[in-house]
Amino acid sequence: MGSSRKTEITVGAFVLMALLAFVYLALNVSNLTGFSSDKGYQVSASFDNIGGLSKRAKVTLSGVAVGRVIDISYDKETFRAKVTMRINSDVNYLPTDTQASIYTSGLLGEQYISLEPGAEDDVLKDSSQLDITQSALVLEELIGKFMSSFMSKKE
Amino acid sequence: MGCDNILSDTFIKIRDLHFSRGDREIFSGVSLDIPTGKITAIMGPSGTGKTTLLRMLGGQLQPSQGTVEVEGLDIASLNRKDLYKARRRMGMLFQSGALLTDLSVFENIAFPIREHYNFRESMVRDLVLLKLELVGLRGAHALMPAELSGGMQRRVSLARAIILDPVLMMYDEPFTGLDPVTLGTIVTLIKELNQSLGITSVLVSHDIHETFSIADYVCILSEGKVMAAGAPQELMESKSEFVQQFVQGKPDGPMPFHFPAGSLSNDLLGSKLEKGQHLS
Amino acid sequence: MIGAFAINTVASFGRASIFLFQIILGFKDVILRSSLLIKELYSVGVLSLLIIVFSATFVGMVLSLLGYVTLVDFGAESSLGVLVALSLIRELGPVLSALLFSGRAGSALTAEIGLMKATEQLASMEMMAVDPIRRIISPRFFAGLISLPLLTLLFMGIGIYSGYMVGSVWLGVDEGSFWSQMQSKVDFRGDVVNGLIKSVVFGFVVTWIALYQGYNAYPTSEGVSRATTNSVVYSALAVLGLDFLLTALMFM
Repeated sequence: MGSSRKTEITVGAFVLMALLAFVYLALNVSNLTGFSSDKGYQVSASFDNIGGLSKRAKVTLSGVAVGRVIDISYDKETFRAKVTMRINSDVNYLPTDTQASIYTSGLLGEQYISLEPGAEDDVLKDSSQLDITQSALVLEELIGKFMSSFMSKKE
Repeated sequence: MGCDNILSDTFIKIRDLHFSRGDREIFSGVSLDIPTGKITAIMGPSGTGKTTLLRMLGGQLQPSQGTVEVEGLDIASLNRKDLYKARRRMGMLFQSGALLTDLSVFENIAFPIREHYNFRESMVRDLVLLKLELVGLRGAHALMPAELSGGMQRRVSLARAIILDPVLMMYDEPFTGLDPVTLGTIVTLIKELNQSLGITSVLVSHDIHETFSIADYVCILSEGKVMAAGAPQELMESKSEFVQQFVQGKPDGPMPFHFPAGSLSNDLLGSKLEKGQHLS
Repeated sequence: MIGAFAINTVASFGRASIFLFQIILGFKDVILRSSLLIKELYSVGVLSLLIIVFSATFVGMVLSLLGYVTLVDFGAESSLGVLVALSLIRELGPVLSALLFSGRAGSALTAEIGLMKATEQLASMEMMAVDPIRRIISPRFFAGLISLPLLTLLFMGIGIYSGYMVGSVWLGVDEGSFWSQMQSKVDFRGDVVNGLIKSVVFGFVVTWIALYQGYNAYPTSEGVSRATTNSVVYSALAVLGLDFLLTALMFM
């Protein structure tokens, strides 16, 4: 018992349409285009407080996305949080005294790492470490600072 | 008692068969022999499990006790592969025809061939058309089952059941619900198949007149046991009240007309019934 | 009494699992006779397209409409794209597609198989030494398993696009921010692939339930009708329950 031509054609069209939808979702809707097979190089930085930074957070340079956070762990030797990032391979001109800071995108947004290049001649390579870091702003500390400065002003 | 005083070879041996469905015991010790190459009829009142017996011959149901041997093989003990091999030698005509509704008449009959063998298309065509010719429906090969009358559906079903030349044919109530002409056709076909091809035929039916006209041996089942057995002529002349009631179709006799109930006067004149109360 | 009910349920589940096992064993037959699969893909997939496309269009539009009305109060209407896309991809796409599929294709499968059982077609196949599970049930199972994810993808794509039409073209949300915010917030692996995984799981479960109900229906017209109802109801419960489980696993 064979299937008729018409059946085969419609089923083929159906599968094709669904695959097109898939491609559309992959490229136009999601962030797949940012996912090149670029292995990039890894760089790590230590922070006192990473705040709400999460694993796939953006790493930016002047707001332009140049990489992602790939691992967050606690380093018991330095007693600080260690963040490992992958930077795109074509961004190979970051000086070794580049600073990594954790900022929040928008008022309620998620946190990301912003890189500010320094002035050294040597550039960062795979497995380099960023020494200058600025931790995330924690709301309680902020209020605490504000309150203490307010108090001291009163006197 | 059983049909076991037959002189010809025995195709099917049923020994001490027990089977229950839920709480109801359908067979409580049935033993009978079905002779090779003859038409054997299994008859009995409604609900005695005649169709169930056919299902057991085909291995679709397992007995709780006892054996069913077809051509020397114990059907219930066969593994799936061997059971399927055994079934290829059997053909069954279902009461409702059981044609596959999404296939044409031709495709329905060709179904067993296509499933089991890889014949050339021209050979398949020849086989199918020959069998259709046998049942008189060669011209209808392109129709769909829904376009056929009940009688025609049953004839197509018959063609399909014999397409692989089985050695055993089972007919589940083949005469039920047919007009006289189609009835005559089916009766003739069953007889012809048996005589010309020597197919052992097992027939399950209520219809005394038609069945007795073609059966070589008849077994009457009732209440889970074989009540009577023998050639049709013997049964017609039987002294047993039960057989006489059955064979002549008398409404009352050993099989009571009335469903068990209390006395009529009690029900009518006894306790006054409230509105809506049921007679119990 | 509760004990009897529990035992019956467990027994049912056991029967259904054995049934599933036999279906899956029929996989190689389905591959060898792809014409059966294609025929079922047509009746289960292609014929469900109408309701899926229709629903996706309207769900996308309503989502966009309601989303806009809510977000505009916070000045956050540029996030409309994100709202529509994430809702559809993570949740509404898989779940609504599965429920619609169960109602349209699942009930049709149950009724078809139940009717074949009632008219003794399945029994006659067995007597012709053809395994009805391999011949009839397996192709339908794999067709359902393949179709639902495909239909879900279409639901997601069409829903998002129709959301765009309402949000941007009609309500005036900036086209650029609609898409760019969506693209940065919708993660392919985390969202699209997960949504797809959900739909595969749903396809598996909905088709399994539909076929099992049909295969075990009482061979009377009342029995088939009850089986069809059960198939839709149980599928709905299973989909919603599994959805919660999967969502918790995937998006927490």
